[in-house]
Amino acid sequence: MRHPGRWVAIAVIGVLVAMFVHLLVTNKAFNWSFMVDEMFRPPVVEGLRGSIALLVTSMLIGIGLGVVLAIMRLSENPILRGVAWAYTWFFRAVPRLVLVILFGNLGILWARIEFGLPFDRQIGALFGVDDFQARLFGFSALEILSGFVAGMLALGLSEAAYMAEIVRAGIQSVDEGQTEAAQALGLTRAQVLRRIVLPQAMRVIVPPTGNETIAMLKDTSLVAFVPVSTELFFQLRAVGSRTFQVFPMLVAATLWYLLVTSVLLVGQYYLERHFSKGAGRSGRARTTLRGIAAENGGTTGKVAGT
Amino acid sequence: MTELTVSASPDGTAAVSGPMVRAEQVHKSFGSIEVLKGIDMKVRAGEVCCLLGPSGSGKSTFLRCINHLEKINAGRIWVDGDLIGYRERGGKLHEMREKDVAAQRRAIGMVFQRFNLFPHMTVLQNVVEAPVLLRRVKKAEARDRAAQLLERVGLGDKLGAYPGQLSGGQQQRVAIARALAMRPKLMLFDEPTSALDPELVGEVLDVMKDLARDGMTMIVVTHEIGFAREVGDHLVFMDGGVVVEQGDPREVIANPRHDRTRAFLAKVL
Repeated sequence: MRHPGRWVAIAVIGVLVAMFVHLLVTNKAFNWSFMVDEMFRPPVVEGLRGSIALLVTSMLIGIGLGVVLAIMRLSENPILRGVAWAYTWFFRAVPRLVLVILFGNLGILWARIEFGLPFDRQIGALFGVDDFQARLFGFSALEILSGFVAGMLALGLSEAAYMAEIVRAGIQSVDEGQTEAAQALGLTRAQVLRRIVLPQAMRVIVPPTGNETIAMLKDTSLVAFVPVSTELFFQLRAVGSRTFQVFPMLVAATLWYLLVTSVLLVGQYYLERHFSKGAGRSGRARTTLRGIAAENGGTTGKVAGT
Repeated sequence: MTELTVSASPDGTAAVSGPMVRAEQVHKSFGSIEVLKGIDMKVRAGEVCCLLGPSGSGKSTFLRCINHLEKINAGRIWVDGDLIGYRERGGKLHEMREKDVAAQRRAIGMVFQRFNLFPHMTVLQNVVEAPVLLRRVKKAEARDRAAQLLERVGLGDKLGAYPGQLSGGQQQRVAIARALAMRPKLMLFDEPTSALDPELVGEVLDVMKDLARDGMTMIVVTHEIGFAREVGDHLVFMDGGVVVEQGDPREVIANPRHDRTRAFLAKVL
């Protein structure tokens, strides 16, 4: 035998896998048929839909606001820089669980949220006007800032702080010469960012953003503390405690999260491939290989799996 | 190489009135280090002006001041009669808005030492991008012209390639085509051949010679004495942030009047 170590490893792993399968098949506590039945019940699927909606909306807020914060952080304006820094500082310092509960309870501060001139009543008093009000519009906080919206805002605003750092790293990874060349052609700073810098920064931004998205999927389970009930884990746990089948429902949760994460990974793969156009050695190596294959009279299309 | 006129004015003749570039007492400092100590210069339309000098003499910095990539601390630069980067009102200079600076740069092409092609775009996209975005040229029209320009620099067969797949010399020729696509009236070259392998220098210089023959106004920061002698109409030798000596390239190279020029030429020739 050429690799005795490998055969030993295979034997050990084989035994461990067999033990694991034995556990899955023979232990009654798994209660597979019950689990599969409950996993696809309408309330659970509804919860899954809620979790995915939270994931998508909070990541959209996180990425959108994150890009804005990163640009502010890199701007020449010291006030914008300071604001972006303070934002990142606050939302990275507070745990997401605390944020989620905090946002769920913001209704305590205001019954209504109104926008207008600050200190309007006090200013009115200065000029001798009683109860002067300069409010432009408002809405009931208890209605808006509860449940789904509160959870979405807590997760999205927190995510923006992390995304800001990722986007900043991405932008800074692009060679200064790219900006100069584009500016020399006459592009404005906004055009340079949109057409030249950000597309190249994406190569650095996408992989950690994939990480963030997966982390966010799992953090959606925190909104149970807002409280939001249309959420996957909350629903599965509810079934578990109602039927005293806690463990099968935990396994169901594991499987659902595994499934959604796998789908996300496929998406990430295609995104990465899209943004690596023309980048680095892989592109060059592929053409070189194709050239060599062509010279050798081989088929050109099948090299390097393209 | 195919014949194709790319001169600034549509009728192929350069404007006669006034110099293309005029610099007056240009000063530039980085922190406490003064890099340019009062540069005066004139470049006429259609002229090829070569900037020579040891590294650190400020020649690249001066070139970058001409299209306001560097802000000057004092002095004035005009390109084709327009004051660059500033507006003069009541005897005072006010810095231009970013949008207006960008508009001024559109008429000034620049080629960099390290090419700076956009790696995420194909060769054709690199050349088409700015005209479509900034000059509102139709896509098809811009493509046709880009293809012509790339043909002219000898890369007609590389339209779909990415910059990473090209040699340095090819990349620099794409960079020249990219700058020409904006139909500039002035081209700035910042050591265009310094990052190239020796055997690739010739192909880039050939394109530049071709361009000079067509009457393009060019300012070239270079160490290629041969190019300056052959193509240059005017040579400016800089050292320590000042213009030491200038004149006809053949004259200056053959009989440098200044010790510093003589010492420099002795080293590079």
